[in-house]
Amino acid sequence: MKQDRARKPRIGLFVTCVVDLMRPSVGFAAVKLLENAGCTVEVPEQTCCGQPTYNSGDRATTRSIAERTITEFRGYDYVVAPSGSCAAMIKAHYPELFADDPNWLPRANELAARTFELTSFLVDVLGVTRVDATFDGAVTYHDSCSGLRELGVRSQPRKLLASVEGLTLVEMEESDVCCGFGGTFAVKYSEISGAIVEAKAKHVVAAGAPTLLAGDLGCLLNMAGKLSRDGEPVRVRHVAEILAGMTDDPPIGVAKEAQRTGKEAAR
Amino acid sequence: MSVHSTSPDFKKNAARALGDAQLQKALGNVKQGFIDKREKATQKLPEFEALRDSARDIKNHTLQHLDLYLEAYEQKVRASGGHVHFARHAEEARDIILSICKEAGARTVTKGKSMIAEEIGINEHLETHGITPVETDLGEYIIQLRHEMPSHIIAPAVHLNATQVEQDFRRVHTHLDAKRDLSEPVQLLTEARGVLRERFLAADVGITGANFLVAETGTSVIVTNEGNGDLTQILPKTHIVLASIEKLVPTLEDVSQILRVLARSATGQEISVYTTFSTGPRHLGDSDGPENYHVVLLDNGRSAMLGTSFEEMLRCIRCGACMNHCPVYHAVGGHAYGWVYPGPMGAVLTPTLIGIDQAGHLPNASTFCGRCESVCPVKIPLPKLMRHWREREFERHLTPATVRSGLGLWGFFAKRPALYRLATGIAIRAMGFAGRRKGRFQWLPLAGGWTRNRDLPAPQGETFQARWRREHKRRAA
Repeated sequence: MKQDRARKPRIGLFVTCVVDLMRPSVGFAAVKLLENAGCTVEVPEQTCCGQPTYNSGDRATTRSIAERTITEFRGYDYVVAPSGSCAAMIKAHYPELFADDPNWLPRANELAARTFELTSFLVDVLGVTRVDATFDGAVTYHDSCSGLRELGVRSQPRKLLASVEGLTLVEMEESDVCCGFGGTFAVKYSEISGAIVEAKAKHVVAAGAPTLLAGDLGCLLNMAGKLSRDGEPVRVRHVAEILAGMTDDPPIGVAKEAQRTGKEAAR
Repeated sequence: MSVHSTSPDFKKNAARALGDAQLQKALGNVKQGFIDKREKATQKLPEFEALRDSARDIKNHTLQHLDLYLEAYEQKVRASGGHVHFARHAEEARDIILSICKEAGARTVTKGKSMIAEEIGINEHLETHGITPVETDLGEYIIQLRHEMPSHIIAPAVHLNATQVEQDFRRVHTHLDAKRDLSEPVQLLTEARGVLRERFLAADVGITGANFLVAETGTSVIVTNEGNGDLTQILPKTHIVLASIEKLVPTLEDVSQILRVLARSATGQEISVYTTFSTGPRHLGDSDGPENYHVVLLDNGRSAMLGTSFEEMLRCIRCGACMNHCPVYHAVGGHAYGWVYPGPMGAVLTPTLIGIDQAGHLPNASTFCGRCESVCPVKIPLPKLMRHWREREFERHLTPATVRSGLGLWGFFAKRPALYRLATGIAIRAMGFAGRRKGRFQWLPLAGGWTRNRDLPAPQGETFQARWRREHKRRAA
């Protein structure tokens, strides 16, 4: 990445609450990818993008959360999230949320314009064509819904994965079909969610790749949880971990100890 | 409300559907039967996306001037010798149809496929008054024999397999040889055709729906694949068109535009086998046609949607693409939704027709994957409209208390970063510690909804923000 050192893009990392709480290593992988691409990364104080309340019909709370996000992320050249879903919340839904508020709408629009999902930022904005990483083996990739349909994230992660030395991408059937996560849906309609992720897990297993990747941790937790429940030895990781070459931490749902002793494959 | 709804029992319905092996097998056909065909058909038409925009614009324009187009349409129908009846709600529509049937001295009524007929429950009403309704669309005929509602708006019997149909035919068609071979689908089709042919000839009134009503000419248009619609509207002395008010389009040119996206979105056909235009009763010199032509225009809550965010739902042309592409529909089928309209379009429309207090589950039972919107030929933002219903529920305190308090708690912390850091820091550390051996939880207190069907991967143990600040302090020092 040829970037003028004096004018390094300054990124506000929106790490997302799921990554913040469940799998910080994804955040660090995102930082590494952004820094390798010539950016400075900062992490302003943050909580959640507001999707759980927004999708549950609580507009008022969502607006206060969104106002906070808009304020905290002022001044960065770009805001990048390792999630299509949270990036789409800011990019597509914040403007909708403030549509009738002349005070906040311009600020929401302004933030929306400089907010991106990680892989699409790297490829579409920075023009990154390859990453410096190696991974030995085959992976299959699930397209998470919001990123795919609200932000058009499809080719970008594949393009970057193609540059990872030693990696082969094996496409699964229906990679663009929902995994059944849907945020609170997974808990509110547990049985239906379970049936949808069962269909997804079948496609993952049928693809035959030992590793499953996606760009949204919510979906990954759902799919990893189903695969481990079924005793399927598929390893599950966020795409950023592979692209950043950061695979020292065990895959999602695998204990450190198990990884050390190689037990995870036999579980 | 018109037809009995089991929408409040959506969760029970869904659980039953998930445990029904035969249904699950039949639902597999929805995926294979519709999705690939639509994909192929749309790819063959480079201007398909532009046509979606055009279809959306035509419907939007019509809805903005619906009063004018309704008046123009009514005048044209009258001028061509037909009658127009406005029905404010289901009961009025039923009464109007019954009185037309009585006037015609009807004993049997044939019916083309019509979702509005389902919406107003016309069959039961006619039966109560001694008139026999006969469904002539094969799928509708089958579910009529079974006393079921359609499970899909264009493929009413998609939840059934051939063996079930064979059993129903043997049960009902007792005048036929009991030893006849019905092992092939084509034999079922031939038998239904034979039985229905006699019904067509005996019918006094034919009721059809309408895919379009054309203001310019007063024409009603139906799109079918079996030809049953034509026989329904041509053979009896009286033809009743039963349609809701949003079926209006301004011109024939508009019809031909929207037809280009309708069949492709629905079945993947370039155009349906029959597209039939009818304008008024039989005129001098016509070789066929009914003596009387009536149009019953149903409102049933639709005009109240105009000018609200739900107006966009009135663009719907009932192709079924949204349910064909819906992972929730694929999992539970149409009957679980508990009323006439299933799938994403039903999740938006049903609450307007039977009330959000009845249909509250439907707009919630969606992952918001957005696939429905991405295939909708008139670009209805279905997830957004489902979210609007959730907002209405939240405002009216219809959201379940557990969900509400959980969200309230999350919202409280999400608005207070310092408290959020503190609380999540402790909770995540505890969870990380508890999950350190296995790396996942098979059960967790308060997380039963999640862990019933899958494990919960354990968190790594420290939050990103805590680790980031710790490492940066060190870096700075």
